[in-house]
This record gives sequence, structure tokens and C-alpha cells, in this order.
Amino acid sequence: MLAIEVENVARRYGRRWALAGVSFRAEAGSVVMIAGRNGSGKSTLLRVLSTAIRPDAGTARVAGFDVVREREDVRKATAILSHASYLYDALSARENLAVAARILGKKASVDGLLDRVGLLARSDDAVATYSAGMRKRLSFARVLLQDAKVVLLDEPYGQLDPEGFALVDEVVAELKSRGVTVVLATHQVEHVSELADQVVMLESGRLV
Amino acid sequence: MLTALHKELLLQWRSRAQFLAVLVFGAAALLLFSFAIGPDAQALRTFSAGFLWLGLLLSSTLTLAESFHAEMENQALEGLLLLPANPRAIYYGKAIANWLQLALIGVSLVPVMVVLYDAGTTRIASLIGVILLGTAGLSAPGTLYGAMTAQIRSRQTLLPLLLFPLIVPALLASVKATSLVILGDPMGQSRSWILLLAAFDAIYWSLCGMMFGRVVDE
Amino acid sequence: MNELANFRTGRLPYYLLITGVLFLLAGSYAGLFVAPPEQYMGQVQRIMYVHVPTAWNWMLGVIFALVSAIVFLINGNYKWDARLEGALEVSTLFAFLLCCQGSIWAKPTWGVWWDWDPRLTSVAVLLFAFLGIVALRNFVDDPARRAVWSAVATIIASVDLPIVYYSVKWWNSLHQQQSSPATVSNQYYFPLRVNAFGMLFLLSAFIMLRSRVASMRLRDELAGPETI
Repeated sequence: MLAIEVENVARRYGRRWALAGVSFRAEAGSVVMIAGRNGSGKSTLLRVLSTAIRPDAGTARVAGFDVVREREDVRKATAILSHASYLYDALSARENLAVAARILGKKASVDGLLDRVGLLARSDDAVATYSAGMRKRLSFARVLLQDAKVVLLDEPYGQLDPEGFALVDEVVAELKSRGVTVVLATHQVEHVSELADQVVMLESGRLV
Repeated sequence: MLTALHKELLLQWRSRAQFLAVLVFGAAALLLFSFAIGPDAQALRTFSAGFLWLGLLLSSTLTLAESFHAEMENQALEGLLLLPANPRAIYYGKAIANWLQLALIGVSLVPVMVVLYDAGTTRIASLIGVILLGTAGLSAPGTLYGAMTAQIRSRQTLLPLLLFPLIVPALLASVKATSLVILGDPMGQSRSWILLLAAFDAIYWSLCGMMFGRVVDE
Repeated sequence: MNELANFRTGRLPYYLLITGVLFLLAGSYAGLFVAPPEQYMGQVQRIMYVHVPTAWNWMLGVIFALVSAIVFLINGNYKWDARLEGALEVSTLFAFLLCCQGSIWAKPTWGVWWDWDPRLTSVAVLLFAFLGIVALRNFVDDPARRAVWSAVATIIASVDLPIVYYSVKWWNSLHQQQSSPATVSNQYYFPLRVNAFGMLFLLSAFIMLRSRVASMRLRDELAGPETI
């Protein structure tokens, strides 16, 4: 079963084409690494897959749903760890996750997740007091909360310490064992290629 | 939607210092109006309703802009929409929270108005009622346009520019109704103004709710 | 977006422009020199021969803007966004003209530049509203967002128009009653009709031309990548 089908997707920002015709496919339960330099279009590709933005040309299907016409369904099946943390600085870690949990209708244990990502001790402090690495961990917890079939990770290793690295590896392995499709955009090419089943290399918005 | 509302109220509570600052701004505006008119007690009292609502309107631009600040700094709004969250629920949660905050500012400015313009009244309930209806009229389109302008540059100038012409009927009706409460209403006109306000609120709360989804779409 | 490639208006706007100007010349001549002066207001009343047609056509412009906005939101065809852009700017122009004409009428008649007539005041409010939307369009670079946002804003502003009108009317009625400046009796219909059509042609021509410019820019903004 194909979890991801991208067909000639293109997306522009002003006059610049961030993605200029990218196609690839991924089987369910596989780990895909998207590699490329800064500005090659990795984030844009993930954002299109998450339905945060629409493609200006081409089509894409995630978890069997079209990203333009069946956005709600894609969103239900997908979770993205984006460059932006999606957090409310004035709220605590626990409150941030609680808001997401309630919207999702999940009674999942917020504490359990916080412990997993190593934030339980500071879970009642406002996110504004967190370091960049801690915010990343919280965003990660938020992704795990969603229990998605397709997980999109944009530079998950960024700002993390060595324990953080291990955490990400651990989670990716676990997701894979559960049949979740993971798409990782990263600079850590050597590190991830051990985990990845498939590699997509981007350069200036195109495949190489 | 209740979750959204709860989140909004929590955020507002956390930034209550900001609320105080807006309140002081409103009070300062009322003070400045009295200087602009001069020490003519009669004139001040006659126009007190107008000053109150002008002060409230100016304060609203600050409040509305602020309400989207938290959403934009880490793209939290996008995060919510991708969960997926229902955009309409988000809109109403925000609009209600903004409404409550504006109403609170309005009610807090009443004592300022009473003191500066000698514009007291015993019909407190009516006054609060008008403030509630009027601020609801400000909040609905204000939240919609706040969402729009938060995402572009020059947001400070664009929000009032878009909002002010739109809420002219709500402003007229609120000022008139408030004025009648303060100065007396021998001919029973306030009913029509209240009805106008209610109609404005009904139309815009539904219309803006419908449009919000398209506005935060990318 | 192929739909924009077909946005051709041909020579029609130019014919409309010429016809419109001719009509206006004829109607204005009739209004200024041929029609007899009005009983109470004298020569000043002649401005009605321009004011009333401008008002009718402004209304048409606003309706066209509203329709373009709604159609765009429904079918997403950028042709309608181009039309919306044209309609917004031309309506703003007409609204501005209306306010000027109203002032020109008000000064000799009432001694003041503005008299809070409900109709004129509504026009002023909508003038500002549309100016705001035009400003919004200039501040948003992404064509998709710009189109959706200005369509939404146009709908909201247009829905407001009747509400503004009634609220100002009630508000004004509490003060002295002033006779409406837009009454014209039967004998004077000819210059009015001619000018109305003249303005209609001009309105259409301006909107068409402005929309065409908008569509050209949109075509450029929405073009596909060079090799795809």
C-alpha cells in the first residue's frame, strides 16, 4: 500500500519556485529520508504533504487521500514536526499538550509523553522559559500525541543534545515497527541513511 | 469550540498585564478627549457616550491585534488547524474571548467616564447591556480582520483601516443607545438602536464565522 | 492558469469609452443649457444631471464587485479576481466623485460642505471600506491569499452597505429634515438618461480595462515553472 504518492508537485513563493516538479512514492511503514542543502525545498515538500500549503501544480496523495481535495482526511492521518514549534509561549508544556489532546479528543496520558521526551520535571513552566532543544522535544511530544499514520519530521535533530538524538532514533524505529510511515527531512545524512529505506535528494526544488 | 475558548481565556489571563496597559490607554484617551473639548461640563456630559465608545474603539485595535500575536509567534494557529481543528470553532472561541475582554474594558471605563464627564446613571444594567452588544459588534469582524492582518506586514495600520468603516453602524447605535441611557430617553428610542445592534451582531457573527476558514487557509 | 489567457476584451472598451464620452457630452449639454432651471434650487440643481447618473453607476459598480467576489469564492477562477480588482478601484473612483459632487451641491445650498445625508454618508463609508480593501490588496503578495481575502472583505463591506444606510438615516432623522438632493422631476429626464448611459459605458470600459491589466499581472504571477 502506498502511503505517499507525489506526482510532479510544484510550489512557488513569489517568483521563486521552491519545488519545481518533484515526484516520488513511499510504501506504508517505510522510512523516507529527504536530503538536500538549505533552500532545496525539503521543508516546502513536507508542508505540502501535511496540507499546510497547497501545491501550485501537480498532485499528492498521503495515506490514500488527496492533499488538496481531501485535506481533512490527510490532516487526521498526518502529524508534522515543523520548523515552527506550534507552541504557545505563555502556556506550560502540559497546557500546550492538553489543548492539542482535547482538540483531538484523546484522553492520552500527557504525563507519559512528557516523561518520554524528558520534560516532566519542567512540565509546568511556561514554554517561554524553555531552551530551543526543550521546545523541540515538546513539539516532538505533540507529534506523538497525534498518533498518526504518516509522520513528517522536518529537521528533528536540530537543536537537540546527544540524548535527544537517541530519542529521535528510538522513536523513529518504534514508529516504523508499528507500521507508521516516517518522512525525515534532514542534514544528518550519514546518520539517517542507516535508518532510511528510501532517500529523496532535492536540489533547488527538483530531484537529483 | 470550548477548548478553543478555554485556551484563549488562559492566554488572556497569562497576559493580564497587557490588559491593564490597554485599559490605561483607554482611560488616557478619555482624558485627552476632555482636554480637546475644554472644561465645558455640559458639552462633556452630552458627548460622554461618544467619548466612551471612541476610547473603546481605539483600545479594541490594540486588543484585537494582540489576540493574534500568540498565534503567530510560533505559528500555533497553523498547528491547530493541522491537528485538524475546526476553523469555525477556533474563530468563535477567539471572538468570544475578544468580546469578553472588550466588554471588560468597556465596563472598566465607565467609572472613568462618570468621573471625567459627570455622566452617571442609575440604569447600570442597561448600560452594561449596551456595552455587551456593542463590543460584540466590534469583536466579530475585528477577530476576522485581526486574523488577516496578523499574517501580513503593516498590520497595525491595516486593521483599523479595514475595521473602522465596517463598524460604523455598530458605533452609531452603541453611542446613541448609551447616550440615551445616560441622558434619559423620553421618547423610548433606545429600543430601535438596540435592535439595530442586535441585528448587526447576528449578521456579522454568522457571516464572519463562515468566512474564517477561507481566511486562515493557505 | 489557462483561464486568464482567454481574458480578452478586444476593442470593446475603446468603443465604449468613445460612446460614453459622446453621451456624456450630449447629456451634459442638454442638462446645462437646454433644460430649464429648477423651481426652488435654481442653477445649482443642474449638478443632478451628473450626480444621479454617477450614483446609479456607482451602485452598479459595487454590485459587480460583490458578484465578482462571490463568484470567485465559489469557483476559484482568477478571471473573477481580476474583475474584482477592476470593480473595486473603479467603484472607489466613482464613490470619490460622488462625495465631491455632493459637497459641490451642499455648499451653495446649505452653506456647509457636508450635510450627513444618509445616502452620501453611506457612500463615504463604503469609499473608506473599499480603499481599505485596495490597500489590503497592495500589501499581500501571494495572489491566492490576496484574491480570497479581498473577496471576503468585499462581501463583508457590501453586506454592510444597507446597514450603514439605515443606521445613518435613523441617526440623521433625529435632527432637522433636509430635502433629499436627488429629486428630479419628469421634464428633466432626457439629460439624465443620456448621462446615465454615458456613465454606464464609461464604467464598463474602465472596469474592463482595469480588469485586463489585473489579469495580465495575475497571468504573470500564476505562471508555471520554466521546465516542469
